[in-house]
Amino acid sequence: MHGLVNRSIQCFVEDTYGGSSWDHIIREARLEFRDFEAMLAYNDAITEAVLDAAAGHLGRDRNTLLEDLGTYLVTHSHMNSVRRLLRFGGHTFEDFLQSLDDLHDRVKLAMPDLELPHLELTEVAVDRFSLVCRFERPGYGAVLQGILRALADDYGALVLLDLEPGDGAVAPCEVLHIQLLEKAFARGRSFSLAGHATG
Amino acid sequence: MGEVCDDIVTSSVTALDALMPLHLSVDPSGVITHVGPTMQKLHPEGALSGMRFMDVFELRRPVNAPDFCALWRRGSCGVKIRFRDGERFGLKGLFTRLSGGSHGLINLSLGISVLDAVRCHNLVAADFAPSDPTVDMLYLIEAKTAALDESKRLNQRLQGAKVAAEEQAFSDTLTGLKNRRALDHLMTRMARSSTPFGLMTLDLDYFKQVNDTFGHAAGDYVLQRVAEILVSETRSGDMVARVGGDEFILAFQECVDPRILNSIASRIISRLEQPIDYDGQSCRISASIGITLSSFYADPVPEQMLGDADVALYWSKHKGRACHTIFDPGTSSESVR
Repeated sequence: MHGLVNRSIQCFVEDTYGGSSWDHIIREARLEFRDFEAMLAYNDAITEAVLDAAAGHLGRDRNTLLEDLGTYLVTHSHMNSVRRLLRFGGHTFEDFLQSLDDLHDRVKLAMPDLELPHLELTEVAVDRFSLVCRFERPGYGAVLQGILRALADDYGALVLLDLEPGDGAVAPCEVLHIQLLEKAFARGRSFSLAGHATG
Repeated sequence: MGEVCDDIVTSSVTALDALMPLHLSVDPSGVITHVGPTMQKLHPEGALSGMRFMDVFELRRPVNAPDFCALWRRGSCGVKIRFRDGERFGLKGLFTRLSGGSHGLINLSLGISVLDAVRCHNLVAADFAPSDPTVDMLYLIEAKTAALDESKRLNQRLQGAKVAAEEQAFSDTLTGLKNRRALDHLMTRMARSSTPFGLMTLDLDYFKQVNDTFGHAAGDYVLQRVAEILVSETRSGDMVARVGGDEFILAFQECVDPRILNSIASRIISRLEQPIDYDGQSCRISASIGITLSSFYADPVPEQMLGDADVALYWSKHKGRACHTIFDPGTSSESVR
């Protein structure tokens, strides 16, 4: 798994539960180092071990943990760049949903070795969408659920989300059902194309 | 014919604004008749429509078009323009006369100034045509910048780790002195750059007795004190290395004066002979020293110099220890002081 993914898990645990929790988790996962490097690659088994240890130590099931991770990625100030890159998807939450089809290729352009799931959005009825998430193993669906929940807040939209787990087939796919209840439920956070990091 | 075109332009304004939000319409006299919404955003000072094109913009390309007439005569060509006032953003695009000849159209893009323009005028995705990849470009710039920053941080950490590892690889862990590898490195460098240097090999005397009588902890303690003394008796550019249990080598850069090296050797021996207190026990040692100088050799070879310094050291021991001897390349005899 790409270092960025592992590093995100580490930042999530440290920023949410504190450094000592992370110390405990890496001991439990029997890692020989403390810090993940975002720009290095790691064996998938390491990520699995860390997630298992984290779920055990924090007393949460894997999906809840991953959903919280997704929310963290959008809402925490340390992860502002992730939120910004996602907000490039469009002016409204609906635009953003439509842009998810391109996310995989966009990320590939910027970071060719970062493997992310293929996403496919279908509009099943007015304001009802289903988002198919294909990846070699399940888990991203829950992360995506957290991301979407937080981004809906960010846009000021009100949504209902329901994750249908993968069926364990050859090409596992998770389906996230999205119901857009209110497009402008609240005032969202502002977003500027220019940002501050580019200066 | 002209009126037909005017009609087309008028009825198509909405479409033009949507298709090309960064366009300008001009008439043959060079007056701006209409601008796209994003174009107007770039000029918050006032409405562009009605102003003279050449008053607002500096025409940078084509180069041989000194006035608007020259541009108009071309019919169609690539243009580069720049605002005369404000942030003076550059824009590039295409000028073309519409078929009726009563209007010209300039469709523009921000090109490389896009970041500044977006920041100054707070442009949003809707300000760009859907066919315009500008927003994708901004996304890419931001993502690449974030990735590059992270890579830079990784490089800095790796550089720090490399320096620490090298430091470790060149150090003797017990005393913190340099080790044999560091010494070889330095001597090779000095020999290659023809830097003159003096070389001292030093063996502790009676160190084995300290180890046997008071134990290894006492021995280690004595070695650490010895290291401190050797470092304090040398300059920062010199090198003190521990190359064996109780064997040390000192290299003195830019120093081939036998009198100076002899007096340093005397001082080192007399300081090492002062008893070292360990855990209430008084540990007594001394040292024998052999010296050679790079100036003795037409082409100094580190191995040979070390061998000759050892010969001089042997003579010091032979003379009854606690002595220092300078190797004599001419006669292979020695001078003991």
